[in-house]
Amino acid sequence: MVTQETLDTYDMTIGIECHVQLATDTKLFSGADNDARDRSPNSVVSPVDYGLPGMLPVLNRKAVDLAIMAGKALNADIARVSRFDRKHYFYPDLPKGYQTTQMYHPIILAGHVDAPLEDGTSVKVRIHHAHMEEDAGKLTHYEGYSLVDLNRAGTPLIEIVSEPDIHSAAGAKAYASELHRLMTYAGVTRGDLYHGNMRFDVNVSVAPKGAIELGTRAEVKNLNSFRSVEKAAEYEFRRQVERIESGEKIVQETRGWDEVKQITNSQRSKEDAQDYRYMPDADIPPIVLTTEEITQIQLSVPMLPPEYREKWLTLELDRSVIDSLLSTREYAVLVTEIQEKSGDQIAKRVAHWFASARGSDEDSETVAEIKALSPDGFVELAAMVEKSELSSTAAKEIFIELLTNDESPRAIAERKNLLQVSDEGFIVGIVEEVLADPASARSIADIKEGKDKAIGYLVGQVMKKSQGKANPALAQKLIRERL
Amino acid sequence: MSSIQTIVNRINQGETTARHEVEVAIEKANANSDYHALLSLTEKRALERADDIDARKAAGEQLGELAGVPFVAKDNFLAFGAPTTAASKMLEHFDAPLQATAIEKLEAAGAICIGKANLDSFAHGGSTENSAYGPTKNAHDTTKVAGGSSGGSAVITALDVVPFALGTDTGGSIRQPASFNGVIGVKPTYGMVSRYGVVAMASSTDTIGCLAGSIDDAELVMKIMSGCDVKDMTTLPDFFVPEKTAKPSQKIGLIKESMSEDVDIQVRARVSEYVDKLRANGHTVEEVSVPMTNHALAMYYIIVPAEVSSNLGRYDGIRYGLRAEGVQTLAELYGKTRDQGFVTENKRRIMIGSYVLSSGFFDAYYLHAQKARTILINEYRKLFETYDVLITPTAPTPAFNLGENTSDPILMYLADIMTVPVSLAGLPAISVPAGASEQGLPIGVQLIGNHKSDAALLALAREMENR
Repeated sequence: MVTQETLDTYDMTIGIECHVQLATDTKLFSGADNDARDRSPNSVVSPVDYGLPGMLPVLNRKAVDLAIMAGKALNADIARVSRFDRKHYFYPDLPKGYQTTQMYHPIILAGHVDAPLEDGTSVKVRIHHAHMEEDAGKLTHYEGYSLVDLNRAGTPLIEIVSEPDIHSAAGAKAYASELHRLMTYAGVTRGDLYHGNMRFDVNVSVAPKGAIELGTRAEVKNLNSFRSVEKAAEYEFRRQVERIESGEKIVQETRGWDEVKQITNSQRSKEDAQDYRYMPDADIPPIVLTTEEITQIQLSVPMLPPEYREKWLTLELDRSVIDSLLSTREYAVLVTEIQEKSGDQIAKRVAHWFASARGSDEDSETVAEIKALSPDGFVELAAMVEKSELSSTAAKEIFIELLTNDESPRAIAERKNLLQVSDEGFIVGIVEEVLADPASARSIADIKEGKDKAIGYLVGQVMKKSQGKANPALAQKLIRERL
Repeated sequence: MSSIQTIVNRINQGETTARHEVEVAIEKANANSDYHALLSLTEKRALERADDIDARKAAGEQLGELAGVPFVAKDNFLAFGAPTTAASKMLEHFDAPLQATAIEKLEAAGAICIGKANLDSFAHGGSTENSAYGPTKNAHDTTKVAGGSSGGSAVITALDVVPFALGTDTGGSIRQPASFNGVIGVKPTYGMVSRYGVVAMASSTDTIGCLAGSIDDAELVMKIMSGCDVKDMTTLPDFFVPEKTAKPSQKIGLIKESMSEDVDIQVRARVSEYVDKLRANGHTVEEVSVPMTNHALAMYYIIVPAEVSSNLGRYDGIRYGLRAEGVQTLAELYGKTRDQGFVTENKRRIMIGSYVLSSGFFDAYYLHAQKARTILINEYRKLFETYDVLITPTAPTPAFNLGENTSDPILMYLADIMTVPVSLAGLPAISVPAGASEQGLPIGVQLIGNHKSDAALLALAREMENR
């Protein structure tokens, strides 16, 4: 085991390739349904996906549009001319004997992503390029045989290839989750990690601090959660430093991630690397785009996470609150809408409610269906708190109901008997009752001696007697007037 | 020969029936089985379709332009009624679940496919000797090759079993057998006819065309098959409109590289006679040069095998087709399946193609060949600024002996030397009969047109027909 001191003498360098399944209705080159969730094996496979003789690809224009939108989210240029190539290898999940991809002329050119880190800084990751390609099918191995499911074969992907600009496991995780936010906000993917909508290949190398040349890299393939991206990078850093420290060489290889043991395993070394015999695909004419087309399509990209962060600066939210809001796009949209309509103060209040409701579990795997929410109820709820008609505890209770309930907050408050009473006559009666209570004598004496904090007890008593309905500010004012 | 028009008219006038025409064609096909032009008959389906047409006629329905006309499709067209084998063991029992666009269009016009024609396995070859099911014999001399790869289609047309047959032409596979058997062979502009549902050979030069006894028949068939197809992204917007008469006083270029002394003297003589007839018809013929044609075969045998090696990748024994028995590993399954399913020429092209695409060689071979191809295309383009049509022999020799070239692939490839450059450029070309050798073997002339000039080319060929 190497010590932390030893680890500290090394730098880690990480580049990430991310496969993003595009949210099209049909596959990249056929009319088969692109949503294979809960479908029986080989039931959404067209003759084209099946690789029958004589079948020809027909490019799905929607996939091209989504790639153009992804380009905007990556701050990248879009190639005016891009085209498809064939990558050849034999494997049962690859029906045509080649994968249709973009080797030589990718659609998305250089760009960059700023990934915010926990400490409030951010890591800028340059994008080398991103290309379109089709997904392969799936194999399931059994004792003595394997089964092929081609439902996924032909699903459109973009593969986003970063430069090796990341130097920490936390940075790798931050980049992966920011990519996820960017792609889901841009509407490029459903972003369902559990179903493999985004998969990460993490290239890790280490070198002594200050070294000019990068070390030999190992690639950990097919990670499908942000946490596993982070853990795999951490593991690789330690593993590679240990090897170097014990005088061994790092071999360029592909490794897999063992989720149970939290370790990486060697899968194949560079010596076994295949020659993919890339060649242009003559069945698919080049994608030729005009600047006008690109602009037009990118206009339809909705607001992206960096714009939300910028917009919310005046709300002075903690980073955890921001992350939490951004992890559910519907909430981010709603808070922003409220900010525009009703101002920062109300928006901030609502933002905190949503953040606390959502938590900050950014690694959640499945995409839950969010009920369409109207801002009106939340604005009204916030206004009721501002006007002291509700306690903050009561407001939170109503907020939770609003997420699933169409009732107005006032109706909920009335039904649950949560409205605060600001009727002086009602509260004065209770205040006088409390002050007359011998149990209050001590507090009253304290206050008179200048121990102002003691008023809390008296207000508390008023709240108790009013069953939480008295406006506490008013109660305090009335108590002071009587002392 | 009974032309398409004759058959259609006689059916429309009640002088014959579709069933009768189909029965006669099948009878003739069986009587000529020694030529081995067909791999299968689609008799049952053909008769059903004939009866359907006859019933519709009886019901007073308007019939299509090809109603009741029997035809044959090369066995690399996906079609119902018989397996689609591509003359390979790989697809020996492959029943197509859908039909090629070309077949669908012809059927919609009422044509009836009666059988599937022999070819070089996966269309790899120029003699039909590479068929996994044995060679087809020449219609004029059974000791000679049929030419290829659409040899079966050419022979069945020359034997007058059907008025037309479908072929595919990647480097001369329609034109050269047409020349060898004395029929018309039409290779359209790349992208004029949908390739959907036709077993792919080389995606960038594959074209779908026909072999026929007359220009009128060929033109009608091309008209029906042509057109943009949403299932084939490389099809061009519709442009083919038949032209009744040829433009007068055309400027025609005789490509001098195609008339060198390496070319059979009788072939050159027939081409010269054809040139004389063109002149007699008021056209001007001048000698022109396309220097890059000398390198076309070299380009072709890099680019096409590269695409072949890619397009044959799907025949892996996993999902359909042949699957080797008694294998232990995945590598063995692939190796044995492909060893048993492919003929020698298939393997040769897969190996050449894999080699030229492999890392470190791609630039030197494939990219280099593609650059040369661009130069060749530009040479043609320049000539078509001045000339309406270019002319060459279709093949350097008449049909050669069966077995003569089978041991020497280079000699075999040379038979395509006239047709290959045209394919690389995606241009339309027609092989028209231009007499015969002293031994009675047909000789063809190749007329080459500019991109999308298919209709004008056919009009010129018609003007010259029977002159």
